[in-house]
Parts: sequence; C-alpha cells; structure tokens
Amino acid sequence: MSKKDLGLLILILVVGAVVTAINPRFLLPINLANTSNLIGLFGILSIGQAFVIITGGIELSVGSLVALLGTLFIDFIAVREMDWPLAFVLIIVLGAVIGYVHGWLITRLKLQPFVVTLCGLLIYRGVARFYTADGTAGFAFGQNFPTLEFITAGRSYGVPNSFIALIVIAIVMWVVLHRSVFGRYLYAIGKNEEAAKYSGIRTGRVVIAAYVICGVLTALSAIYFAMYTRSISPASHGQFYELYAIAAAVLGGFSLRGGEGSLIGVILGTVLLQELQNLVNLLGIPSSLNFAVMGGVILIGVLVDQQWGVFRARRRMMEATRRNVAGAPAE
Amino acid sequence: MNYGAMNYSDTSFAQSTTAPFLSLEAVRKTYPGVVALDGFSMEVRPGEVIGLVGENGAGKSTLMKILGGVTRPDSGTVTVDGVAHVGLTVEASIGSGIAFVHQELNLFENLDVAANIFFGREPLKAGPLRLVDRARLREMVAPLLKRVGANFSADAPVATLSLAQQQMVEIAKALSIKARLVILDEPTSSLPIAETEKLLDVIKGLRAEGISVIFISHRLHEVERVADRVVVLRDGMLAGTLPKSEINHDQMVKLMIGRMLKEREKAAEAGRAPGGVALSVNAVRTSAYPDHPVDLDVRRGEILGLAGLVGSGRTELARVLFGIDERLGGSVALDRKALNVGSAADAVANGIFLVPEDRKLTGILLDLSIAQNISLPNLPAHAKRLLVSASAELATAEKQKKDLGIKAPSVLTRTGTLSGGNQQKVVLAKWLAMNPKVMILDEPTRGIDIGAKAEIYGLMRALADAGVAVLMISSDMEEVIGVSDRIAVMHEGQISGILDRDDFSQENVLLLAVGKSPKLAHAVGGAQ
Repeated sequence: MSKKDLGLLILILVVGAVVTAINPRFLLPINLANTSNLIGLFGILSIGQAFVIITGGIELSVGSLVALLGTLFIDFIAVREMDWPLAFVLIIVLGAVIGYVHGWLITRLKLQPFVVTLCGLLIYRGVARFYTADGTAGFAFGQNFPTLEFITAGRSYGVPNSFIALIVIAIVMWVVLHRSVFGRYLYAIGKNEEAAKYSGIRTGRVVIAAYVICGVLTALSAIYFAMYTRSISPASHGQFYELYAIAAAVLGGFSLRGGEGSLIGVILGTVLLQELQNLVNLLGIPSSLNFAVMGGVILIGVLVDQQWGVFRARRRMMEATRRNVAGAPAE
Repeated sequence: MNYGAMNYSDTSFAQSTTAPFLSLEAVRKTYPGVVALDGFSMEVRPGEVIGLVGENGAGKSTLMKILGGVTRPDSGTVTVDGVAHVGLTVEASIGSGIAFVHQELNLFENLDVAANIFFGREPLKAGPLRLVDRARLREMVAPLLKRVGANFSADAPVATLSLAQQQMVEIAKALSIKARLVILDEPTSSLPIAETEKLLDVIKGLRAEGISVIFISHRLHEVERVADRVVVLRDGMLAGTLPKSEINHDQMVKLMIGRMLKEREKAAEAGRAPGGVALSVNAVRTSAYPDHPVDLDVRRGEILGLAGLVGSGRTELARVLFGIDERLGGSVALDRKALNVGSAADAVANGIFLVPEDRKLTGILLDLSIAQNISLPNLPAHAKRLLVSASAELATAEKQKKDLGIKAPSVLTRTGTLSGGNQQKVVLAKWLAMNPKVMILDEPTRGIDIGAKAEIYGLMRALADAGVAVLMISSDMEEVIGVSDRIAVMHEGQISGILDRDDFSQENVLLLAVGKSPKLAHAVGGAQ
C-alpha cells in the first residue's frame, strides 16, 4: 500500500470516528451494511472507470449505460421472461461490445475519448428513455428470482453480496493492473503512448481492451444497480454516476493525464465518497448540500495531496543541501 | 546601424583594446551534492564569437542560467557592459541585451513569424480595444528578417518552417530586443549540413554588426570554423582558452576530457568484409515524397550511414521500415523474404529495431525505471503466465547496465533523471537485450557528450561485427564519415548515390545531398 493510499485510509477512519462521535448510529450493523452495499455497487463501476483513466482516457457514458443496460436487463427477465443467466450474459456482452466500439472509435478513428463518450452519454440515455417510452421498467407484483436476488442484493453472514463481489473483482483487477503484462502496458501507454508504440506495443489493442473492461464492469454494476432499485426510470437512473466514478479515481490518486493511480486507491476513493454521503444523512445536513460536500472534500483532498508533494520535494532539497554542507570540507 | 547588406568579412570587431561587453570573475555555484561552477572566469568582447565547449555536466548549462539571470552564483561577479552584478536578474539580463537561442526552440508553432518575434510586445493601434497594428508589425519585422538572411515571409506559420528557419526566427527575436550578446545553445545539433552553413553565415553576420556571440556546440568542426576564441569548460572550471590560431579539433577534445580520444578512429578502422544483404528496400515510397521511390540494401555486418539534408525523407524512411508510418508503395525484404510490416510491433517481432530521433518523446519512457524501459518491448519473455516476473526483469537490466556501462545508482532509477548519453544507452539496451537483425539509428548521438558518443560508436561497431545490419541516419558530417562503412545519401526522397570508403569526403556527401554528382576516385559507375 502506497503512502498516498495509507493517507486516504487514515482520512476514512478519522471521518468515520468523527461521525460516530456525533451520531453513533454510524456503526449500527444496518447502516454499515447499507453503506457497504453502495460501496460495492459504485466500486465495481469505479474500477472500470479507473482502467480507462489510467490510459489517459475518460468514460463519460457509464451513468447512461447503467440506465440503459439496467432497463434492458429488467425488461429481458421481467417482461420478455428470458432466463436470467442468459439475460445476465447478454447484458455483459452488450457492455463489452459498447466498450469495444468506444475503444475502436478512439484508437482507430482517432476521436477524442471525451467526445466519443459524451456522445455515448447522450445516446444511451435517449435510447433508454425511448425504450420504455419514458416510463418505468420494473417487476410485476410477486415476480421473483431467488438466486439472482441472493447474488445481487442478498447477504452472507451479514455482509452484502455486492460488497463481496467488489472484493473478488478488486483482487482480480489488482493482479491485472499491478502484476500483469497487460497492466504494465496500460501504465506505459498512460505515461507516453508514442514511446510505448515505439517499443513495439500494440497500443491500439491495449486501449481498446481497457474500454472493454470498463464496459463489462459497467454492465455488471448496471445489473447490480437494477436489482438494488428494482425499478428504473431511465430519465434519472444512474445520472451523474460517471462523475462518482471519476471522483473516486481522482480521490484515489489517479491522474486524468494517465499513467498514475492504484487499484487500492480507487476502492478507498469509493469508500470515502460513500462515507461522505452517509455523513450528510446522519449529521442532518440538508441533502441538497450533498454534492457540495462531496466537491468540497475532493478539492481539499487534491490540494492537500499536491501541497504535500511540494513540501516533500522541498524537504528533500534541504536535506541534500545539509549533507552537501557537511561533506564540503572533504572536497 | 545598417540593416541592409550583411558584410561577411572575417575580420572581427574584437580587439584586445576594446572593453569587454561581458566578464565573469571567479564565479562559483554549488547545487546539493555538486559544484557546478568552481571559480570560473571568462570575458566576451563586442563582436567576438566565443566557442564554448565542454562535456555534458561540465557546467555549461549552469553558466547559461547565471547569464540569463535564472540562478544566482554563490560568489563571484558578473560584469555586463561595465556594470558589476553579484547576481544578474532576469530583467537585468534582458535589459543589458543578452539574448538566448535555446536548443529546444521556444516558438508558438501555431502563430506566424511576425507574431512570434514580437510576442507580448506587439505594436498596438490607438483606442480602447488595443488591437494589434498588423501593418506596423510587418514593417518592424521586415528588416530583422533581412538581417538574418531569411528566405521566408513574415506571415508564414512557424509550423511550416524548417528547423534552421525556426532558429532564424529566434535570432531575429534576439535582434528585435537590440541584443548585444546572442547565446546559441547547441543550435546546429538538429540541423543538416546545408542549413548549418546558413546558420554559421548568420553568426558571421552578427559579428560583422558588432554583436557578440557565445556559440555552444558539441560539433567541434563548426566551432573551429566560426569561433574567434574557444573557451573550454571541464568539471566547472576553465580548462583552457584557445586563440583563433590554435583552434583545432584535437586541442579542444584534449582540453575537454583531459586526454586524447581514440574510440572514433577505432570504430572506423574495422571496415571488414560485410555479409549478404539483410534488409532490402525496393521502390518504397513514403509520405515525405510520395512520388519518389527509395531503393536501398543494408548488408549484414556493415554500418550504412544515411546522410542528406533535413527533409530529404530519411526519418520518414526509418519510420516506414519500423512500421510507424504506412508504406505507400514498393516492398521490403528481410533475409530475402518479403516482409509486411504494418506496425512497430511487427517490426520488433522480426528483429528490426529503431533508436528514434527524439529520445525523450519516443525513445524511452522518462517516468519508468531503467529496468522497466529495457523489458518493455520484450515483456512477455519476462513474465510467467502473463504476470511480470520482477526478478527476470532485474536480471536483464543488470546485465545490460553492466554491458553498456549505464551510469546510474541502480536499475530502478527513473530514466528521466539520467544524462542524455545514459538515456540513449537505455534505448540501445532495450534492443540489445533482444536479438537485433537490423538496427536503425536516427541521429543516435544528438545532444550527447563526447565520451558517451565514443561509447555509442563502439556499441554500433560491436553490433555490426556480430552480424547485425546497422543503418545510421546522421546529419553530423564527422560522424557519418568517421563511423560508416558505406554512405548512402538521400536527396528529395531518393537515394542520390552510395559512396564507398575510398570516396568518403565532406564534399562528395554534400554534392550528393544537393543532388549533384560526386567526384569518385575510380572510373565512374554511377550509384551502385
């Protein structure tokens, strides 16, 4: 765990302690379970975003995708009565295909990630609303899918299964990002795509793969979100979720220029964001201030991080000078 | 001052009786851990061209920073135009007429020439809108361009100019602030022969106007041609000063490194019988000259120098062979088998490697460690089941670091902190760790100091001796002639001729570079 991640973890614990001191309900099992469920849902989404950000790209369409894919999933199993495992696989494949198309447009046609995914944001939201005729997608009375509900919204030993899913995905993706050849390529491309290309890396394929991973994880979280809310109004479902994901990555130490960040960082970033949401509820802060609190904390976090970097660089310089002065008579 | 005719007389304004424009006395500057300048003194008289040479790390850049007012010396005085300063400030430096033309040009490529020259000092029209007076601007720019002998117009976008032309814009900018001392930092390192000539002419023109010049260069034969006096820096101290009559290559090198150098001669003497054709380029056309096909054979065991003017299509050829650019026509064969290279990854898989022209942008990743840079092109070989094996990676890097003599605290050091020469060795190391068949080097020693240069020549020769076909693109005439076994010269996208060792001469290379016939020792058979 890097020093940055450790700092973030300490911040999370301190905020948690303060909130508990003011309102002990923070530590009630029901509150912890609810919060960790949300951490699971948003964490899966944020890991996907992180893979794109590490390449220096951005994926703005994930919020709309959560709405579109969630709507489709509920429609498939509730209205079209498809077997849920089949619908599950279809949605994941659809997420992968959309990710591939984004990656293809960005690498082969040289469009900017911001533009491509901004168009995606608009298109998928529009399609989702059209698909339900601006209505709501939900289950009929008495309809249930015990296994699916257990996997997505159930609990094991009191721990939400969505949170467990996040842990499993996080471990796998940690290995991919920090230990695999592919992960090294991602960092290299994020640092300097040209130089990576000149080293013989097929940069286009690697970047496309990052968008596919993002698409798959977004699709997975879309299913989780759908099963959590159980009914979706495509006009508002998942709105701003892309910003939650980006915020989690930035809080976790990712640079939007690419090539920087750790998987633990993005998880901790998600945890802190959800903790702040919870804080707003528990401390009786008007919920309309929700976004303002989040934005303020992110700004402070980024500022502290940068100032800390400046401070350390200065201290290193001073230490080196001192050594030099001490060693000067020897010259 | 007469802005019109440039008088290229070689008689300098410098006379020992004139008061110096600039003088430094016992200047000392230390950084944490290093003494950058140690009691350094020098003076520059009006209209004098000083050649400032020294290896990288000798203290040249610190000296430049002091003259530019960016850093203050710890002790010593800097006297400019009779005024003594303990430490110059940026304002004082500019105010007293010191102008810099840096190796990396500071121009806005998206703006035109005139806008660049008077950037931030544009003449304005009267009125509250403060609009730029474009007519007046052009009037002001015209004489400046004439003084530097520009062959481009004031409204040409800088992006369309060649490197030499861009340097002329920088010099015109210096003249526009009524510069009395122009400091040129490695101005010719990226210029081809003919353009270098133009720049040297401009320097002579400045001298004729009574403007002093400090000319910093690793290209010693250019220093030899243009300098009135040479000042040699070594380890932050004045290693010696050479008056005009004593300026020659060997003397400078001796003072720079404190010994004579033999490596280059050694690299040249090999010239053993080369093997068969490794890389065969047939009628290949590139984006630079889509109508001009290139034919070229590179043999196993030879260093083929590729000379020519900048813009003659050499770099584009290298990029096509390495799969970065699309091949517009023709065919390429490796070991007589047709080869279709669609990407750099294909080239690498076939053992065709490129050491690119722009080391920092494309050669290495500055933020990665030495070890990570070296393993990058061959990462799957350093991995078990797709997971990177740190130990395999370190082993490769340690071996290369030792073999190539990369000077760094450890292989985990960030490559961005290394000197240019050591960075270039890392670029070479990543390819040497694999099995090169064809090695293409584009300006392999640009901006690298003499010691490291010699080592890189040695490595190239060792590669050739091991049977690798080496194609070296170089604009440095000394290098092309000293290192190559054969020289191919490009002119407007085509090979205008190939010289064998007996016919090597600056004149022949130049003649071919401008598309004329060389003077051959044997009866002529044209280009072979």
